Amino acid sequence: MSTPIALIDCNNYYVSCERAFDASLVGVPVIVLSNNDGCAIARSAEAKALGIKMGDPIHHLRDKVRAHGIRVLSSNYTLYGDMQRRVIAACEAFARDHEIYSIDETFLDLAGFEDRDLVAHARAMRKQVQRWTTIPTCVGIAETKTLAKLANAAAKKQSCFDGVADLRDEDVRRDVMQAFPVGDVWGVGGATARKLTDLGITTAGMLCDMPMKQARAVGTVVLERLVAELRNVPSAAVEMVEPQRKGMAVTRSFGTPVTTFDRLMGALTEYAMRAGEKLRSHGLVAARLTAFFHTNRHKPDRPQYAGSRTVTLHPMTNDSLELIAAARRAAERVWRDGYAYTKAGIMLDDLVAADMRPRTLFEDDGDKRARLMGALDEINGRFGRWTAVTASQGFKREWKLRSEMRSPSWTTSISEVPTVRA
Amino acid sequence: MAALRLHEIPFELVPREVPLLLVHTPAGFPSPAQDDMQEPIDLGAWLVEHPAASYVMRVDGHSMSGCGINDGDLIVVNRAKEPRAGAVVVALVHGDRTLKRLRYMDKRHWLVPEAEGFPHILVDENVEIWGVVVGVARKMP
Repeated sequence: MSTPIALIDCNNYYVSCERAFDASLVGVPVIVLSNNDGCAIARSAEAKALGIKMGDPIHHLRDKVRAHGIRVLSSNYTLYGDMQRRVIAACEAFARDHEIYSIDETFLDLAGFEDRDLVAHARAMRKQVQRWTTIPTCVGIAETKTLAKLANAAAKKQSCFDGVADLRDEDVRRDVMQAFPVGDVWGVGGATARKLTDLGITTAGMLCDMPMKQARAVGTVVLERLVAELRNVPSAAVEMVEPQRKGMAVTRSFGTPVTTFDRLMGALTEYAMRAGEKLRSHGLVAARLTAFFHTNRHKPDRPQYAGSRTVTLHPMTNDSLELIAAARRAAERVWRDGYAYTKAGIMLDDLVAADMRPRTLFEDDGDKRARLMGALDEINGRFGRWTAVTASQGFKREWKLRSEMRSPSWTTSISEVPTVRA
Repeated sequence: MAALRLHEIPFELVPREVPLLLVHTPAGFPSPAQDDMQEPIDLGAWLVEHPAASYVMRVDGHSMSGCGINDGDLIVVNRAKEPRAGAVVVALVHGDRTLKRLRYMDKRHWLVPEAEGFPHILVDENVEIWGVVVGVARKMP
């Protein structure tokens, strides 16, 4: 028998984080908007009941917002990130190891806890998370990740589970899978779901009974592995080591369109600084950098242009100043006047561990620069992001993201902590 | 085969200070404190013993000045600690955060101020104890 895996998932996570520090949001419909205040990416149960869908653009919701008094918030990732750290800390004592799957979902390796009543164990964990963070959660228990994910969805949807579903028992598993739409199974995409439905396979139970060979023919080895997982044969143990990154990107939309090269460089500089910081925190260097920017693709009546250029970083580097210089070289070559740019970004490829990097003949040892970067990270870490910046980044960030309804950094900034009446 | 050629170097280009040693060599006695070094005091860690379950809040008002918590102070609120009678707590009263001492009197729980002129609040279904105050921080002007 394989070891049990749990998936703990926070309910309406972003909304729950907001409610932790603002009681006026409790019991009323709340939605949280995506970056740049574009569309709804989190909804309270009350907002879901009003028919608001994931990804609904906010300008389509104006009437509903007014009619029902829906509270609308910009996303506050500083808060959500800090609360995630707390949620995971609260789970730590309940599992041998954990793997963060997304900001609100974490897989837990329950090896060594098999002898316990795992449902009671999971309930105690939920209670601990709720107590430390106020965040409500659901837990799915199974022996494969796909089934743990399915168990979690069942725990969330079916009130009979009361927040914890254990699918290790075959009969329970059968029952749940029979009622579970195939399109909701983790890893079954829209196209695969349509193919399966055409074959008359509409539930997870039917997918589980599908011959392996046929599964491979319909959806390659990916679907075959998925069927195996539904049959309780794990194909991937919980990944305990963070896979080394092959590439990374820092991209963002602008609050107001950018029309001058200086403003574009201001944004690219910040992204390069951020990318350098990320590289250094993972101990990596990059070999290639791509800078890109484009106009608003959703407004085809306006003049359209997209610029993108890749440059080689020689020697490979994680030095923010080198990255900024490379971003400038790339952007200069493809810049065109007369357009209103709404998005820009930087991508880094061919990342390798800094100590494995090939040396070039004429490079200096770079020790001074490494220390400068270290000092920069330290200053920005201690005194707040972008306390120390390069001149090209500037302090005036007019191009900064639109986030007009963002809640304070309740838990991470002394000047923004909640007040309590005494 | 290329011949080796020597050039005369102008005198100004010769560095005037030529370092003799590139490493610092301690010449005296090793520091007697070396073996007894400790990290500097971290007040934050001392005050916030349980960071994952602790939240910092700012006090607004004077109802707890009797127990040394003043207007403008920062407090550390721990949600992992069991709220027992006698503890100073942050409570939500009809959703508003308030700082009071939790007391058990006449078989009921009360939120009790520590200054004159503030009411006692009965702990009923409209009151939720949010966390227990475990620390106070204040800078002198």
